Amino acid sequence: MSAITRDEVAHLARLSRLALADEELDHFAAQLDQIVAAVARVAEVAADDIPPSSHALPLTNVFRPDEVRASLTPEQALSGAPAVEDDRFRVPRILGEEA
Amino acid sequence: MPYDEALERFEPVLGLETHVELGTESKMFCGCPTEFGAPPNTHVCPVCLALPGSLPVANAEAIESTIRIGLALNCTIAEWCRFARKNYFYPDMPKNYQISQYDEPLCTDGYLDVVVDGETVRIEIERVHLEEDTGKSTHVGGATGRIHGADYSIVDYNRAGIPLVEIVTKPIPGTDRLAPEVARAYVTELREVMRALGVSDVRMEEGSLRCDVNVSLMPRGASEWGTRSETKNVNSLRSVERAVRGEIERQAAILADGGRIVQETRHFHEDTGRTTSGRSKEEAQDYRYFPEPDLLPMAPDREWVASLKADLPELPSVRRGRLQAEWGVSDLDMAAMHNADAIDLVEATVAAGAPAADARKWWMGELARRANEAGKPLAELPITPAEVARVTELVSSGALNDKLARQVLEGVLAGEGSPDDVVAKRGLQVVNDEGELLAIIDKVLAENADAADKVRSGKVAAAGALVGGVMKASRGKADAARARELILEKLGVS
Repeated sequence: MSAITRDEVAHLARLSRLALADEELDHFAAQLDQIVAAVARVAEVAADDIPPSSHALPLTNVFRPDEVRASLTPEQALSGAPAVEDDRFRVPRILGEEA
Repeated sequence: MPYDEALERFEPVLGLETHVELGTESKMFCGCPTEFGAPPNTHVCPVCLALPGSLPVANAEAIESTIRIGLALNCTIAEWCRFARKNYFYPDMPKNYQISQYDEPLCTDGYLDVVVDGETVRIEIERVHLEEDTGKSTHVGGATGRIHGADYSIVDYNRAGIPLVEIVTKPIPGTDRLAPEVARAYVTELREVMRALGVSDVRMEEGSLRCDVNVSLMPRGASEWGTRSETKNVNSLRSVERAVRGEIERQAAILADGGRIVQETRHFHEDTGRTTSGRSKEEAQDYRYFPEPDLLPMAPDREWVASLKADLPELPSVRRGRLQAEWGVSDLDMAAMHNADAIDLVEATVAAGAPAADARKWWMGELARRANEAGKPLAELPITPAEVARVTELVSSGALNDKLARQVLEGVLAGEGSPDDVVAKRGLQVVNDEGELLAIIDKVLAENADAADKVRSGKVAAAGALVGGVMKASRGKADAARARELILEKLGVS
């Protein structure tokens, strides 16, 4: 199992727009490494006759009928927003200096 | 570089990605309504706002519509497939990801035939998959209202979660100088297929059908395709054509100068027909797709798929072939009606009792001219096929001639009522009283003795001026053909 590198953590942090300090990069690289190693143990017990699975439930085709249900009011919808303008969610600049 | 020169040196390869918002009542994964134009953030709920603890459940109707689209495009329908998470940081989805499909689309490997310049071009379809639409961001501050240079953005999530079908073509080589027309014809045909299926209102101006246009160039004779650009959200059929043309000209100029094409997203500008650079390569996203854990896999039942296939409506190309045979019109006339969006109108006019030739004549003649003058599509003229059928009936019964019929159409378009109302109000009626017509002719012959003498001496062509005089004197109400017969008879040359 190859270790997660600082560069990989920095790349993920950038994609997620998380500002991580240098020491955090090392910290998370080690933690992610442990998580990946733990999950990888599944491979040790998965024989060739066991197909990879993504879902725990043995179900398919769980759908809902195309029916409208009540929405929230804009007041309710926006009540948890850090900032609101014109009944819309106000968010900080999306593309920063790098744009 | 001018288009002709660009095409002499390079061959274009096209690719088209089309997004279609499905016309379901409710959103893809929750019960919020989908109508366009509601006040901001009134069609949102804990699921589409991604509030903690909420879970999506897929809309059965949207899945059925996607499979029907795949079947209409001759695709294979997956026996088993999953949704996938597409992760990105833009705030147009509150979840910070979009539920989409990745390596397991519902439909794969189809095709759609389009006709350009009398030639059938087969457009291969790579995949049709189902995802959810994003919210609408408005960028505030900065000069252009675009995301670059904005101070902040405000987001309306009404659109977030509306079912969205993405239809992706395989690369389309070999279209040569017809590339812009092929792109347009494909989107036009696709739109008609969606309409026939009744799965979407496909209004480009409202964004329920949006097209991304990929273009690359390779030097003539080369075997390896060039680097492509992707022009986003081109919102009219005309823009599809212009965007392809503009990209061919832009890329050819760069390549001819020894430059390289950057793989990037570009924005189309309606006003200039040009594109400008959008997201650059450095910002291209690593989406980290993985199977969506909150939704169970789909395994469309084979019998159900077969029954959906059996119940597909007549597809537009088949319908056009049938109508062409029924109406007995040439390929050229049929293509003209298709381009003018007149086929439905002519069909409805025929259904209302008009002969096909007459229905076509009025829609493609006088009414097309009026629509053109008004700068409107034919279908938006304030006249119904039933009214046009009534006008053709009045003409064939002899109550109106073509000239009067044009006045009737003018009256209907001006809101003066039905054709019969206009006839009554304007007093439009062919002069059927032969006595009245003869009196007018006598008067005209007396006033135009020179012309009458010419006709008498054998110059029958001079009769045209006399017929014109009769039409004028009768204010258009005379039957011109009958007037001509009577004039020639009177002058002894019939």
